[in-house]
Amino acid sequence: MREMSIGAQRHEYTKNLELAQDRLIILANLVERSVRDCIEAVRTRDMDLARAVIANDDEIDTHELAIQEHCIELIAMQAPMAADLRQIISVLLIASELERIGDYAEGIAKIGLQMGQEPPLKPLIDIPRMSDISTGMLHTAMLSFTERDVDRAFAVRHKDDEIDDLYQQVLRELLSYMIEDPASIRRATYLIWIAHTLERIADRSVNIAERAHYFVTGVQGGLNPPKSAG
Amino acid sequence: MMESNLKTSQISARPSAITPSAPSPNGEAQPHPILATRAVSFWYGRLMALEDVTLTIPRNQVTAIIGPSGCGKSTYLRLFNRMNELVRGTRVEGEVLYRGQNIFARNVDPVEVRRQIGMVFQKPNPFPKSIYQNIAYGPKVNGYKGDMDELVERSLRQAALWDEVKDDLKRSALALSGGQQQRLCIARAIAVAPDVILMDEPCSALDPIATTKIEDLIRELRERYTIVIVTHNMQQAARISDKTAYFLNNANGAGELIEFDETQRVFTNPTDERTEAYITGRFG
Repeated sequence: MREMSIGAQRHEYTKNLELAQDRLIILANLVERSVRDCIEAVRTRDMDLARAVIANDDEIDTHELAIQEHCIELIAMQAPMAADLRQIISVLLIASELERIGDYAEGIAKIGLQMGQEPPLKPLIDIPRMSDISTGMLHTAMLSFTERDVDRAFAVRHKDDEIDDLYQQVLRELLSYMIEDPASIRRATYLIWIAHTLERIADRSVNIAERAHYFVTGVQGGLNPPKSAG
Repeated sequence: MMESNLKTSQISARPSAITPSAPSPNGEAQPHPILATRAVSFWYGRLMALEDVTLTIPRNQVTAIIGPSGCGKSTYLRLFNRMNELVRGTRVEGEVLYRGQNIFARNVDPVEVRRQIGMVFQKPNPFPKSIYQNIAYGPKVNGYKGDMDELVERSLRQAALWDEVKDDLKRSALALSGGQQQRLCIARAIAVAPDVILMDEPCSALDPIATTKIEDLIRELRERYTIVIVTHNMQQAARISDKTAYFLNNANGAGELIEFDETQRVFTNPTDERTEAYITGRFG
């Protein structure tokens, strides 16, 4: 549609809209890296990497604030409408989701530091899988936004069931560890926190996909499966 | 409000042959929409200004008409009280319906139409008389027999002007500020108890504070009146209207209705790409 519009009207404004999205992509890349690194730090017991993730969170917060300011300025000065308005509102809300995901990664890194003091409970298999799926969901959700691709948004929504199943599986396994050996409770609890946090990251990624869907279609809550009658 | 029908004419007395009431599923007649156009085209001489506009204006709501300059939106507004025919050589096709009656029918008195369908213009145009006389003039001409003081006060109160002028109603209307003059014109329009108030860019000559007052007033007035407003100010349309109609020139150069929907929808998720281009400022 932009192509059919006349010439370079509101050129500066359009450039600023694009800049808002570019800044969001930078933030998403930072957050995605934090999520990958925090699990890698836990898996390889790399304390330096865990500390790097914790330090990285300040940068994420700074980026989110900058995006907020940019969007508020656009709203105040340019009074965006229609798709422009939906884009700016989506950028604002997605930035907030990303910032929360960054906090989750920081939380996992802090747990990683605690776990590093103790011997490993078990080799980690499902948690890295959960991490791969969650970061994949985050990546796809961001693509659905930048590519205006509703199909990708639905794909993220469906992937969430997989994460929920894996989380239940991890929970059952770790509970059985705790029942068999109460001395493992502390270490198993760390892992449950991590799995729970990854499940939350997946949920936030679904929220991002929801925003992408709204931006493209203008429909709120369009990714939710229809409730059965009665 | 005072429920008013076209009394002199022929409009309300005569059963409509044009738009018979459509029976509802339970067999009851549906009330006519207060204002509507059906396949209306309009010409200034040979110049076609509007083409095939079909639109129903909802009762007791504010309908905003937006579109680029020259898209026919003011022409469209003026159809509703037959102001266009004051220009020589104009021609209308299709139907302009007020309560189901074609107001361009031969036996309809345009003066009576204008009593039912009042208008407020771009530039405030009070009579060069006192505030009181500005309000009282219309009802007097219409043979109003009630308490004129009460009517003047009520009209000025409804137009949110009473408190500012009540101490000196004999003052010349021309001594009022632009914003006050425009509210006086609204009070004057209200005084003859119309059904509909048409507004043609009523705030374009006003400063932001006066504009806010008029906008607040419009929101209040819709409880009693049906309001149709032409505005160039998109933010204003978004702030005050319930429904928005977007007009644009077609290939023949004539104004065409592109989209008509809930204002909230038009400004967040318009259906037509041309509406989107206009309201995001990338066209027009």
